[in-house]
Amino acid sequence: MSAVLADTVPPLVSTPPIPNALSLTLTSVVDLTSQIRAFTLRAPNGAVLPEFVPGSHILVRCGERTNAYSLTGSGVHPLEYTISVLRLPGGAGGSTALHALPLGTTVQVSRPRSAFAPVATAKHHLLIAAGIGITPMLSHLAAARDWNRSVSLLYSYRPGTAAHLDEARGFGIDDLVESTTREQFRRTLEQRLRSQPVGTHLYICGPQGFTDAVLLAAAEAGWPDKRVHYELFGAATLDPGAPFTVRLARSARSVPVAAGQSLLEALEAVGTAVLNLCRRGICGECALPVLAGKPQHRDLYLSPEGKAANDTMMCCVSRGHENELELDL
Amino acid sequence: MTLSPPAHTTASAASAPAPSAPAPPAPAVPIAARAVTLPFPFPADQYRYGTNVEAAPKFVATEAGGWGARVLDIDADYASELAERARIVQRDPSRCQTLEHMRPAVWDTITTLLPILATEYPDLMAYTRDGRHCTWRNDLLGLSLEFTVGDDSSLGVDPLEFISGQIQDDIAILDEREGALWLDAGVVTFAADWCLGFDVGMRFAEIHGPVPRVHGERIVSRAEQFLMHLQPGETFRRTNWSMTVDRRLDTSTDVYPEWGRDRRLIEDDPNFADRMHLRVEVQHLIRLPTSGAILFLVRTYLISLAEIATVPAWRERVGRVLEELPEDMAEYKGLTRFRHQAADWLLAP
Ligand code: HEM
Ligand code: FES
Repeated sequence: MSAVLADTVPPLVSTPPIPNALSLTLTSVVDLTSQIRAFTLRAPNGAVLPEFVPGSHILVRCGERTNAYSLTGSGVHPLEYTISVLRLPGGAGGSTALHALPLGTTVQVSRPRSAFAPVATAKHHLLIAAGIGITPMLSHLAAARDWNRSVSLLYSYRPGTAAHLDEARGFGIDDLVESTTREQFRRTLEQRLRSQPVGTHLYICGPQGFTDAVLLAAAEAGWPDKRVHYELFGAATLDPGAPFTVRLARSARSVPVAAGQSLLEALEAVGTAVLNLCRRGICGECALPVLAGKPQHRDLYLSPEGKAANDTMMCCVSRGHENELELDL
Repeated sequence: MTLSPPAHTTASAASAPAPSAPAPPAPAVPIAARAVTLPFPFPADQYRYGTNVEAAPKFVATEAGGWGARVLDIDADYASELAERARIVQRDPSRCQTLEHMRPAVWDTITTLLPILATEYPDLMAYTRDGRHCTWRNDLLGLSLEFTVGDDSSLGVDPLEFISGQIQDDIAILDEREGALWLDAGVVTFAADWCLGFDVGMRFAEIHGPVPRVHGERIVSRAEQFLMHLQPGETFRRTNWSMTVDRRLDTSTDVYPEWGRDRRLIEDDPNFADRMHLRVEVQHLIRLPTSGAILFLVRTYLISLAEIATVPAWRERVGRVLEELPEDMAEYKGLTRFRHQAADWLLAP
């Protein structure tokens, strides 16, 4: 998976509801720039929301689409979640629909997911952001302040379009470098990549081209991969998958499995009990014999050879393609 | 009051047959109290390693009663076990260690576990939080305090030592980085033949280095992958087991001379069935919400063979497991010298 712009995931035509979602109320909308709008979401009863790791994102459902957005507040005991959404040309990624939401709307969001966490052992954290890519850096900055971590921020933006600039400045970090032209950023980057204390970790977020350029520059400056981190969405969770149907050979039945539903759940729903324990694809309890078809293996239990044999599948996480799968059940 | 029955009485009601039922072959003795709440770890007559994890908490009924409705189990041994832990840490500070980068994870542990305790034992404990300011009341310890999250001095003791003084579980905290988990903080006073002093700073795979079978079967790499996929706040659990002579919780390798001898001498002891204990560990695995570290809790239960024998189904089950256990696993668990004697005792007609 490649790095993506902070507020986009590959557009999905129509996505299933978010599992285990939180229903939050949109309580405030603020325009940060002409294109970027900040949204504040709270629990209807004002309860504390699940805490989160710096750099986390949430999935937000709007209309038929689900998109990932970085949480811009502190993850410690949060009473609200805040996200900032860039209106993309043509409304890509559902950005127009979100921008149109009125105050008071109930929005379905996922629990926070961590995929861009600070490395606890780092001696220094060098955050590099461009444009809307500033969003996941804000929770990093809040945590750095709370735990006295050594941190630098290189923030690249076009004049007049910088979101969260005052906020970034307000953290009072010793080392904040703003760039408003490519050339200026290139020079800053060049110099910073070659003058970091031992044990520095690099965190990158911005448009694809920006991320690729920084990754390349870091590689050329000799940075080992394990000290370079960039924002990835979607890597932390299994996607809900497409609907499919399985045939049960012994009982001569067909069972439909919806997107977002596991095969195990679908079998349970029609009264076919299957032994299970973890429901996460690691314990091996829910193995089912496959008679025909190629399972889409998503478990951690089977070895690569076991997967290639295609005669067993872990029905708590693995799926089928359309209707080719036949099980010995 | 929500505590389990006191350990020294017996729960006779559990074994009394209903008057109208045809009398089953009544057990000669009532079910031992420790059996009633024991997390019985054997689902079959044969025991093998596996990635036996399940979501927690979840109540599981057993032949003797049941367990598992709570994440943090407090029982009649609370005060004595906490006192023992305090003594051990005092004597050997290497049992309680926090590598510098784990301070946030330790505070995350505190602000995760105290609310769980307050929710699970509302009559005995209370927790409030307003921003960084917290209050904590624990009536079992006569404790009432205020503290500020992240400010070690507000607790008056080392933060990890503080939280390990509220729960019976041992604590290990693992940092995730470079695609691996590292055991970088913990309070481990009741280890089953390992020690924190040796393992601290190690990777998950290295920690499991001495365990037979699990590497070839990819159990360790699979478990580590699973843990790294846990999302904030998710809680799973697994059980593990061994055997220990007497009710000795501290079988750390640090103090091997103190307990290794008992393992050698036990075979000739006339009180074999009272002294030989099954040791069951319930291990919880929690992804901490703000640090992203993995919290690993180990709650240890000891039950003697004589107590096990008060549950006929367990008597046979444990006997069969011990009889069948492959030699390499028995050797690793340190059971070689006495497991057949234990099996024979349990399976005797
Ligand atoms: C799903 C997670 C895990 C699985 C499946 C697993 C599996 C195992 C198994 C099968 C053993 C051998 C036990 C015996 O025969 O007594 C073992 C031992 C051990 N495990 Fe784990 N484990 C898990 C998580 C952890 C974690 C998170 C820690 C963190 C510290 C840990 C620390 C240990 C230690 C210290 C030993 C003893 C090793 C020795 O002999 O030195 N385990 N584990
Ligand atoms: S239930 Fe554990 S692998 Fe499916």
